[in-house]
Amino acid sequence: METDVTLRVDGAEHDLRIEPRTTLLDALRERVGNTSPKRGCDHGQCGSCTVLVGGRRVLSCLTLAVRCHLAEVTTARGLGQSGPHPVQQAFLDHDGFQCGFCTPGQICSAVGMLSEFSQGHPSHASADVAAEPDLTESEVAERMSGNLCRCGAYANIVPALLDVAGGS
Amino acid sequence: MTTLSDRQAIGRDLVRREGGLKVTGTAPYADDAEVDSPVFCRLLLSPTARGRVTGIEVPEVPGLLTVLRAGSAEKLTSTGDDELAVLQDTSIAFRGQIIGAVIAETSEAAREAARLARVACTEEPQDTAFSPDRDDLYKPEKVNAGYPTDTAQGDLDAAMRTADVTVERTYTTATYHNNPMEPHSTTALWDGENLLLWESTQGVHPVRETVTEVFGLAPERVRVVSPHVGGGFGSKGAAHANVIVAAMAARALPGRPVRLALTRREMFSLVGYRTRTVMRTRLASSADGVLSGVGMDVVAPTSKVTEFAEQAGVPTRMMYAAPHRATSHRLAALDVPVPTWMRAPGECPGMFGNEVAMDELAEELGVDPIELRVRNEPAVDPASGKPYSSRGLVACLRSGAERFGWSGRRRHRVGDWLVGTGVASSVYPAFRMPHSTAHLRYADGRYVVSIGAADLGTGTWTALAQIAADGLGVPVELVEARIGDTDQPYASVAGGSSGISTWGSAIVEAARAFREKHGTEPPDGAEATGEIGSNPAQGQYAMYAFGAQFAEVHVHADTGEIRVPRLFGMFAAGRIVNPRTARSQLIGGMTMGLSMALHETSVLDPRFGHVVTQDFADYHVATCADAYRVEADWIDEHDRHVNPMGTKGIGEIGIVGTAAAIVNAAHHATGARIRDLPLTLDKLLPHLP
Repeated sequence: METDVTLRVDGAEHDLRIEPRTTLLDALRERVGNTSPKRGCDHGQCGSCTVLVGGRRVLSCLTLAVRCHLAEVTTARGLGQSGPHPVQQAFLDHDGFQCGFCTPGQICSAVGMLSEFSQGHPSHASADVAAEPDLTESEVAERMSGNLCRCGAYANIVPALLDVAGGS
Repeated sequence: MTTLSDRQAIGRDLVRREGGLKVTGTAPYADDAEVDSPVFCRLLLSPTARGRVTGIEVPEVPGLLTVLRAGSAEKLTSTGDDELAVLQDTSIAFRGQIIGAVIAETSEAAREAARLARVACTEEPQDTAFSPDRDDLYKPEKVNAGYPTDTAQGDLDAAMRTADVTVERTYTTATYHNNPMEPHSTTALWDGENLLLWESTQGVHPVRETVTEVFGLAPERVRVVSPHVGGGFGSKGAAHANVIVAAMAARALPGRPVRLALTRREMFSLVGYRTRTVMRTRLASSADGVLSGVGMDVVAPTSKVTEFAEQAGVPTRMMYAAPHRATSHRLAALDVPVPTWMRAPGECPGMFGNEVAMDELAEELGVDPIELRVRNEPAVDPASGKPYSSRGLVACLRSGAERFGWSGRRRHRVGDWLVGTGVASSVYPAFRMPHSTAHLRYADGRYVVSIGAADLGTGTWTALAQIAADGLGVPVELVEARIGDTDQPYASVAGGSSGISTWGSAIVEAARAFREKHGTEPPDGAEATGEIGSNPAQGQYAMYAFGAQFAEVHVHADTGEIRVPRLFGMFAAGRIVNPRTARSQLIGGMTMGLSMALHETSVLDPRFGHVVTQDFADYHVATCADAYRVEADWIDEHDRHVNPMGTKGIGEIGIVGTAAAIVNAAHHATGARIRDLPLTLDKLLPHLP
């Protein structure tokens, strides 16, 4: 059983005929040919496959492609289409990565995280969940903890994102 | 030896050259290789630790192309390495062994076929439970990296009997899985004569050597490509069985590119791990803290399939002065998956035992832990009697202490948190592999240096261009490095922190040959090749990088929760090629060391015959919230003996000593001495006030 799905990926429309069980990650990598999101675990445990759907960060390995019909999907490739996105530039400036495999997911997650923050979403690190959060080191670290980095670039990622937040 | 006297590029802080590709996700890893109409391979793994496969039934899933089965798959030319003799017969030697593979037109179909496959096998009694008290421990012929299994100088037993103060303790480290973020992946294409492998590997040339041998192919018929590698930490240092299966699958479907990306779960049985170690450590000391004896006796499990002996006793042989010394290694061979290298094999677990024992001795003596180490600084390498090419341990301890704010340390309490600090030494050998070749070509005002090296996140793309630039005496902007392809000259594996030292030496030699042949105004198309052998100074000097790691640990007085708000490492690792990427490697190693100290452990259930912690929900690695204040620096060290660049290697030393520094700090904070990693709150809770 297959179904017609239109994915808008990084600004381009892709009409796909896919099975309902196909994940967004598989659809992007194997049908659309966009290998920017990476498969680190396929279980929603590592964050390497993070993309933005309608501006919100999602784990594409746990998202069915059919539910993204006509949705705006943005990968790290799309974020950098017309020059590096400020988050990408901050990662370059702070060497916020080594092997680079988790990086597209980190970048998308960071963009989504900064948007959540600007909307006032609290995190586990927020002392008062009703108050407007401050983007402190521990807030950034907590909010980015769904994206594992085995190379251990966290100590560079946090200052990179504080830089972006401070500059915006 | 040729040295680079006029350095312009080496030492410059440069953004990694492949960075733009990585932050957009457009750097192609092995599973991203652009190929036409790929097919997808999924593995079938043994459901038992010992026995025999008696049948594999795979239903006719739409899109299924073929099935490979244990016992009936392609016969390999060489089956000398049992780990790689995959599918050759029906015997099962460990749980999670590859016993079959399905190949289908789509990833969904391959996954479905593997899920529906019915495997029948006989079960035999399995032996997977490790204990240091087993009666079948044996002495391996040698331990990893070719070190002798046992060593003895003087009479340690007598030194222990006559010493003013002794420490005799047993320390244990857990089972660790490398878990690079990129699962081991291959895209394989067989055109009927030639095999092309896009591989996630720390060495394209070593993979080619293995594959040509296993399949009996001429080297020129196998090409391995690996421009970007999503981490390895040792598990991608040598080809594992999955690479052979990917090649078999490709050979079964000529002309069709086959993708085989391991699942995270499969990585727990197929690509190696660091074994547990049980280390009995002995220290004999005078009342004023001068060691008369040191000893380390290591017991570890290994696999019956292929032996791997983690050389945890090796650093004790050379770390501190003492006339009486003894080390040994014993193994228990079990029906378990094959262990392998993991970041700083030997030094990483060994220096946990060594450095916690030194902390215990310092406490016993009432001597500052840094002072104790300084008092036992050897004049020459105690293991070999050779002078050190350079030894910066004391400088690291002293300057690190100042930077960290060590003096006046005191256990105190901030609110509900018990606060303490700890220190440990780091060490890692400065290896250089005996063979690598680099090629230089000049055209259109630019130089291209080619060598089949690897960048696992290590900054190789940038660092090799820096070395070539200084070798040639030109700005680094005029030099491009090309790596990660067997079409390029032979490069040794990115392992043992030897990459830059080895490949860089070949590049310096190529640059020298280039200038000798073509002068400073070369014609377009001018070329030269440089090849290196062993470093002659290796026999004259003991060559090591050193470091000192400092940790501040907070333990919650009620819950036992452990936090590390501050980790600082000071290193003496020779010349630093690119400070930006070097710092990343060092803090990366320390972050993995923190992870080892507090989070990581693979738990083996002997009834199940394998580790039951097979994903990131169960096998915990440090997250951003666990380790975002990690800092590293280094002292300026000029070692003219190691290689022309003066580099010592920095990929591994960062993980050595971290866990000891954290455990020592937790002891300082709480008074509780935990000798069994990981340090988790349940172990601390009974000791809290």
